[in-house]
Amino acid sequence: MSDATSATTADRAREAELGPLARFLKATELDIRMLGMLGALVLIWTVLHFLSGGLFLTPRNLWNLSVQTSSVAIMATGMVLVIVLRNIDLSVGSMEGFVGMVMGVLQAQILIRVFGFSLGEPWIWVIALGCGILTGLIIGALHGFIIAYLEVPAFIVTLGGLLIWRGAAWWVTSGQTVAPLDATFQLMGGGPMGSIGAGWSWAVAVAGCLGVAFLMLNGRSQRKRFRFPLRPVWAEVLLGGVACAAILGAVWVANSYPWPVGIVRRYAEARGVEVPEGGLFIAHGIAIPVLMAVAVGIVMTFVTNRTRFGRYVFAIGGNPEAANLAGINTRWVTMKVFMIMGVLVAISAAISSARLNAATNALGTLDELLVIAAAVIGGTSLAGGAGTIIGAMLGALLMQSLQSGMVLLGIDSPLQNIVVGAVLVIAVWLDTVYRKRV
Amino acid sequence: MAEAASRSSVPLIDMRNISIAFGGIRAVDDASVDLHAGEVLALLGHNGAGKSTLIKILSGAYKRDAGQIFVNGEEAVINNPRDAKKYGIETIYQTLALADNVDAAANLFLGRELMTRWNTLDDVAMEAEARKVMGRLNPRFQRFKEPVIKLSGGQRQSVAIARAILFNARILIMDEPTAALGPQETAQVGELVRQLKADGIGIFLISHDIHDVFELADRVCVMKNGQVVGTASTQDVTQDEVLGMIILGKCPPGAIPGPGALKIAA
Ligand SMILES: Nc1ncnc2c1ncn2[C@@H]1O[C@H](COP(=O)(O)OP(=O)(O)OP(=O)(O)O)[C@@H](O)[C@H]1O
Ligand SMILES: [Mg+2]
Repeated sequence: MSDATSATTADRAREAELGPLARFLKATELDIRMLGMLGALVLIWTVLHFLSGGLFLTPRNLWNLSVQTSSVAIMATGMVLVIVLRNIDLSVGSMEGFVGMVMGVLQAQILIRVFGFSLGEPWIWVIALGCGILTGLIIGALHGFIIAYLEVPAFIVTLGGLLIWRGAAWWVTSGQTVAPLDATFQLMGGGPMGSIGAGWSWAVAVAGCLGVAFLMLNGRSQRKRFRFPLRPVWAEVLLGGVACAAILGAVWVANSYPWPVGIVRRYAEARGVEVPEGGLFIAHGIAIPVLMAVAVGIVMTFVTNRTRFGRYVFAIGGNPEAANLAGINTRWVTMKVFMIMGVLVAISAAISSARLNAATNALGTLDELLVIAAAVIGGTSLAGGAGTIIGAMLGALLMQSLQSGMVLLGIDSPLQNIVVGAVLVIAVWLDTVYRKRV
Repeated sequence: MAEAASRSSVPLIDMRNISIAFGGIRAVDDASVDLHAGEVLALLGHNGAGKSTLIKILSGAYKRDAGQIFVNGEEAVINNPRDAKKYGIETIYQTLALADNVDAAANLFLGRELMTRWNTLDDVAMEAEARKVMGRLNPRFQRFKEPVIKLSGGQRQSVAIARAILFNARILIMDEPTAALGPQETAQVGELVRQLKADGIGIFLISHDIHDVFELADRVCVMKNGQVVGTASTQDVTQDEVLGMIILGKCPPGAIPGPGALKIAA
């Protein structure tokens, strides 16, 4: 009791010396970095919107942006852990290609020809995805084992992996593209069918808002248990309100993007529905790959913030020797991080091959750079020990916004690369400046 | 008197003929020390004498090349820090060994986190415990939410000490625990050492402050160039004699000479 009261008074005393902005930040416990990133995103979106003559901030473009971001965003969450641990994974793009090929060949050829599944059978996608995830897990475990137990630097192991898995992806079919993929598997790529529609999207939004409310109330009751100082109520309401508004707004955008006329007509014909005069408005709603990315983001945030494993990853990144002396099995933690990375790569491979409706040996080429850039722009320190999942996902969104914005503007790809490269360097420089000041 | 009582019993820790070399350097060379329950043994010696290396072998941070460790008379298998903690050996390292990027509570419970019913980290409970134990050491300390890299040297040292006493150690190793502390905090650590001693905990205390050592320790063990010069009860030797052991390796009559004692003098 006396501890808590003295803490509160000390905090109060310090609070009186702060300016209004600092006081606002303290009350809301917001992170300036995160605000800066959101600000950069808003700025980029606004500029692109004007330059493209009003094409960028449309439901159609934003919906596509969300689908395009999901694959890199999923891998970026794993890369955060890898980099926090003072390692790097250069092989994710090649692994994505290899795992994509494995899943493609499995569903389009092996399961049909060898195991006698008939086309379109519902188990096909489950088996393909399951085997893909297992492949990713095994490759990640192999990388992790060599890095943690044989003590070969991660840079070298995954540089080798970059070459090996790209080569292996070619070997699966001697370079031939596998297409088309299983109809159910394809849903992971988005598109009109691979979206959950307006009704379910609103349901997800409501669940999300309830989740936000639950987390805030739970946090308060936990701190009350020990009589720790609480966030002011206005700050809680403001934060919760903003979070809920963002969720509802995103779903509203996804629900404002209708199916194309042709698909609506075919859909109506197939069900014998009359298409009315002005056309039928069927909303896409949230795309399945986006839903998967959000789910991965939630799980990974939970893992990093609320589990022992997550705590150990950060402690090792901060001081590997101290973590070892504290009795943490640092090698096993390292190996697990690479295993998680492998699983996430497999999920991304499923999404990107489903989106292409084909498995090619070039799938995911250069993705390692986008993934690392997303994590780093999102505030993951290459020195280790610092980074957030949400930051990396926002970083992925930022990179993808730039890229698709430039496509929208008709900028050709060499210049796109120049811009993306420059943005990466500038973003990290700004971050360095920021870190020095705080 | 405390010595007479403890001598008859089995030592809590008995390290026999311990050796370790790094490359060509014999950092610890055939060193033997023992420690009894409720006793403070001060390890003394010049810089690089091998004190930290010797206790790091006990704490599982280094693997010895030769020698045996007995805990309560039974040979102990200590291959890593986890093993040592199982025997109730807690260590405050000279380098503090804190994870700089996480907060004080996370450091206190690193490797032994408190969990909720749902097997998730119970951060509030850990913060509450942290406030309690830090209150004993450094009542002015309030910065529980900040990464420890932002703390002062002395505050960091308090965190390292708090971590070692949090888990009911039976054997406490303190490698220069007060090097960065102010006079008041140092006095508090001295008080803490006396309390722990009264609770029957055995303490290895490494210090360069002879005055402090004579205040707190029951026995001193002096090392030089990796070897033990001699071991003595603080009642049987003077501070000047101990200084002679440290600087010249000269073993006074009140001490039991070790392999590192100056031969010609004897
Ligand atoms: N990890 C290591 N690798 C190589 N040599 C080491 C290592 N650790 C210690 N040494 C060497 O072993 C010797 C003993 O070092 P140690 O740290 O045990 O000294 P110390 O008695 O604790 O000194 P101080 O009073 O300065 O803390 C020194 O010569 C040191 O250079
Ligand atoms: Mg030392």
